[in-house]
Amino acid sequence: MLVETNKIDNEQLNRPLLEVKGLRIEGLSEKGWQEIVRGVNLQLKRGEILGLIGESGAGKSTIGLAAMGFARDGCRITAGEIIFDGIELSSAPENEKRKLRGTRISYVAQSAAAAFNPAHRLLDQFAEGPVDHGVMSRTKAKEKGRALYRSLDLPDPENIGERWPHQVSGGQLQRMMVAMAMSCSPDLIIFDEPTTALDVTTQIEVLKTIKEIVTDSNVAALYITHDLAVVAQLADQLMVLRYGNLVEVNSTGQILEAPKEDYTRALLDARTRHEKTTAQFKDSSTLLSIDSVTAGYGKGPDVLQEVSVSVERGRTVAVVGESGSGKSTLARVITGLLPPRSGEILFQGELLPHALAQRTKQQLRKAQMIYQLPDVALNPRQRVRDIVGRPLSFYLGLRGKERERRIIELLEQIELSETYINRLPDELSGGEKQRICIARALAAEPELIICDEVTSALDTIVAKAILDLLQRLQYELQLTYLFISHDIDTVASIADRVVVLYAGRVAEQGSKSAVFQPPFHPYTRLLLSSVPEMKLDWLEKTLSTRSTGRNCP
Amino acid sequence: MYKLKTIFFSAPWSAKFGMVVILLFSIVSIFAPFIAPYGETEIIGKSYELWSDKHFLGTDNLGRDMLSRLIFGARNTIGMALLTTFLAFLIGSITGMIAAVIGGWIDQIFGRIVDVLMSIPSLIFALLILSFFGTSITYLIGTIAILEATRVFRLARATGMNVAVMDFVEVAKLRGEKLGWIIRKEILPNIAAPLLAEFGLRFCFVFLFISALSFLGLGIQPPTADWGSMVRENATLISYDDITPLLPAGAIALLTVATNFVVDWMLHKSSGLKDVS
Repeated sequence: MLVETNKIDNEQLNRPLLEVKGLRIEGLSEKGWQEIVRGVNLQLKRGEILGLIGESGAGKSTIGLAAMGFARDGCRITAGEIIFDGIELSSAPENEKRKLRGTRISYVAQSAAAAFNPAHRLLDQFAEGPVDHGVMSRTKAKEKGRALYRSLDLPDPENIGERWPHQVSGGQLQRMMVAMAMSCSPDLIIFDEPTTALDVTTQIEVLKTIKEIVTDSNVAALYITHDLAVVAQLADQLMVLRYGNLVEVNSTGQILEAPKEDYTRALLDARTRHEKTTAQFKDSSTLLSIDSVTAGYGKGPDVLQEVSVSVERGRTVAVVGESGSGKSTLARVITGLLPPRSGEILFQGELLPHALAQRTKQQLRKAQMIYQLPDVALNPRQRVRDIVGRPLSFYLGLRGKERERRIIELLEQIELSETYINRLPDELSGGEKQRICIARALAAEPELIICDEVTSALDTIVAKAILDLLQRLQYELQLTYLFISHDIDTVASIADRVVVLYAGRVAEQGSKSAVFQPPFHPYTRLLLSSVPEMKLDWLEKTLSTRSTGRNCP
Repeated sequence: MYKLKTIFFSAPWSAKFGMVVILLFSIVSIFAPFIAPYGETEIIGKSYELWSDKHFLGTDNLGRDMLSRLIFGARNTIGMALLTTFLAFLIGSITGMIAAVIGGWIDQIFGRIVDVLMSIPSLIFALLILSFFGTSITYLIGTIAILEATRVFRLARATGMNVAVMDFVEVAKLRGEKLGWIIRKEILPNIAAPLLAEFGLRFCFVFLFISALSFLGLGIQPPTADWGSMVRENATLISYDDITPLLPAGAIALLTVATNFVVDWMLHKSSGLKDVS
């Protein structure tokens, strides 16, 4: 259970740095105070990383914040002890806790972009904590910042701190945040989904940084994430949580190799790749063909350059690439939201007008779209009946009972009962919302459905169910999907053809087996090797086979 | 009905007070002819009579019953303020939402017109228009409505923009929905709460504005009773230690405060802040 380290003598090592006993936290909801963390115990020693795993609503972040003796607005700690290095945090006065935070316990948030103040230079923000806490002078703090930037392999470590937050990339910003957490040499760092918002190719850099920091400075860390493969690279122990209850706690190896609980097994299973068996269709004519399309926003540079993609009927074409590669722009061009600067789009052999306003109702009906965030893709003031029913009356002219019957039929197709018809989006879970989005797309009886990162905002188990549903629907209704994703695992399980976009150009395209098997295109190899695998030493192996920095075409 | 009851009892005391006052004022103004002891313009005695059993609040400068004038004044002043606010919201919210959804040139044109209107002090602008076209009620309502619509436009545009970038609006656009449908079904229900709160606030301003204009003699014209001009007509009494001319002013103040209480509470609710006890 312990990590062997020689740096600190045994006695100190054996005493837990953080001990949480019977922690209970309540959150305020419309139904009053409800328990969201139900009696969780944990122990953390120096030099140890504990991974907190669970789906959304499991109480991971709440526990993470509670480890600092902090409860968010609308939350309260009702029972339990939080002992940090002999100090009882749940009863300690606010003043004392404030002294600990930032100096001895620090926190790395999910979105570095939101956590940095855009109006101050990076190094000034770095120095703020140590100076405020009176740990060191401003000059000294800045010196330390530069030293940390150097040790984290940030480019131009002497001057990068003089930049503003918007002048560095997302991955660099996240690493800067890790540096900031280290500013006062804390004993405990809490990482709350630090890589979730990043691309796989960037994620690996941040993971490397975190791993180095923790092993070099012998701090203890709580690592909160929903991604088992990521945390498996870092954590010594894993704690699986569900609905605020502890499901299983064990060493990382044990959890991966021999999980005891069904829920842990389900989590592991959802993350393993499932190969798709391609359904055979007699008719395999080209449904959509995009011919050397170039597009961009306003007077800006071309975001897409000479992109050509063809989509066969009844197949799934996946478009992969990291953020900024032009995946979503491609979807906007196809749907007509962004008229291309040059190039043509053919749908069923006929030329599609570039602008949305010039397309006919029938052309619009045939291509539907499903979005990444079901929360904002559904109008919070419309009931399921109106959301799903509108395309029915708009495109197909269905009214009254006929319309009602068809809505229920659609709900059955997406595996929801007809009782859902009167619900508002707020009364649905994330997965159910995405199902309603699918039903809305199906209601138009489309030929093509563009799926823009449809599973990336969902928990792994829910995401797998959505993918299964999409595949079943494709088989039953002979649908064609254009599947945009940055998640290679998802693509591998659903695609027939793969298009790899890099910086607005098609880096490679072909059948899934051709793209995902050697010989690789250099960028595809980088992308593939960056996807965390559910193995203990994946990170070390990948990093050792790869020189630092990015080797892109 | 049950829902209204729970809403009422969950409100803080200030909002409850405000709601009760607004309810009382609306009852008074709706049933004015049945409540008032005398007619609106009926001369029933000598001028400036003192408070008595016969004339509860005395009489005004022409010998009309003060209480009856106050009651009818509620009807005229509140009615006109409501009508003006409705008109302002109709113009302001529709143009604001159009600007938010379409953007580009339309947004620029609307925005600059509003800037020009807002750059002129509204009282001076109203005085200018009214002295030019004459003081008819139609012009009065029209002028104030357009002036107030500029503020509503700003709010509707700002909140509408936040909604217009949502994916569900894009879904509607991709479906081929017309502008009217997008505004009515996708945008409006999502900005209704802040608009409603703003309605209360605007109502106060319009109400004060009309009273101010009436006090200056450019608003509602005699013999129609309204609170603003009643203050002016009886202003001389104040030199004789009589508080009667302050009564219509007090009514104005009371309604303004009451509406603000309710609006504050609604704004607090729509902001989604949780009360942390």
